[in-house]
Amino acid sequence: MAFTLYALIQTAILFTNAIAVLHEERFLSKIGWGAEQSIGGFGDEPGIKAQLLNLIRSVRTVMRVPLIAVNSVCIVLLLLFG
Amino acid sequence: MDFQQHGYRATKPRARASPPSGGPLLFDDTSSGPPPMNRGQDPGVGNLFADPMASAAMMYGSSLANQGKDIVNKEINRFMSVNKLKYFFAVDTRYVMKKLLLLMFPYTHQDWEVRYHRDTPLTPRHDVNAPDLYIPTMAFITYILLAGMALGIQKRFSPEVLGLCASTALVWIIIEVLVMLLSLYLLTVHTDLSTFDLVAYSGYKYVGMILTVLCGLLFGSDGYFAALAWSSCALMFFIVRSLKMKILSSFSADSMGVGTSAKPHFRLYITFALAAFQPIIIYWLTAHLVR
Repeated sequence: MAFTLYALIQTAILFTNAIAVLHEERFLSKIGWGAEQSIGGFGDEPGIKAQLLNLIRSVRTVMRVPLIAVNSVCIVLLLLFG
Repeated sequence: MDFQQHGYRATKPRARASPPSGGPLLFDDTSSGPPPMNRGQDPGVGNLFADPMASAAMMYGSSLANQGKDIVNKEINRFMSVNKLKYFFAVDTRYVMKKLLLLMFPYTHQDWEVRYHRDTPLTPRHDVNAPDLYIPTMAFITYILLAGMALGIQKRFSPEVLGLCASTALVWIIIEVLVMLLSLYLLTVHTDLSTFDLVAYSGYKYVGMILTVLCGLLFGSDGYFAALAWSSCALMFFIVRSLKMKILSSFSADSMGVGTSAKPHFRLYITFALAAFQPIIIYWLTAHLVR
């Protein structure tokens, strides 16, 4: 299993895209992973599920605009260089 | 006498040459190099500066270069704290020797605590238990060179293979550090392990890999498996003992004792999963070198 750096970049872009396309109200609320369900008590032990939901929501918020740029660059490069 | 001192500084960059640059630095910041010599006093190259235009141009050029250097430093400091990085490279020979011995034979070491000095961790120069990045970097490069040599001995060498080997190993380090960071975040483990600490601990396996590949080359397949078993056990012991202090005992910082019932299990799982991952990756990255 030989990894090149290009494979790493591809994997990172694919993973981030996968997290970014999880729609909030069409999908996550249906399976009980919506944002409003993670605000539990105010103890300092949020639990794994709350942390995961937080992570998904923050990745979506932060990476939305850079992903547009990176995906456009990827599309152009793949069209030009195969 | 002045020139001799400069010569000494040029050959031993780790000597305490310049004063610390402020802040709670426990090591001397020798990265700015020796102070520039006074140019006008050296008669050998004095002819260059007889021309005022040339000397003015040189002054201007050097001031431009200094400005450029400041800008570059500022930009780099936005992404990565350079001082924190320098902490990991403040090592000396004695530390490297003891650490290498510790990595390969950790069973007799008694005290695994990282010692502190007024809130900041001690530099690796003063404390054997502190992680450093010098050994992982050197071990990584040595591993790549050794892989090239092993493939050359078996007449399977080509320059692309070397680059492929290097990037594979680098990608595995990145994957491991990312998985560790993710699991530490998800389980809300409050440790003071920074990203560089994790890179350091995951880079220590390269020392074991080098030993394994050397034994495999010298003693054949039996030597390879014997060295693999030895370095795996030593590395697992080392990782568990080192990270036990950092991960498992950090719940003393939490004020509430109620929610910690489930957490020690998960922290234990993380530590043991990391330890168990080391032999797998050592085998994976070295098996193809020693047929």
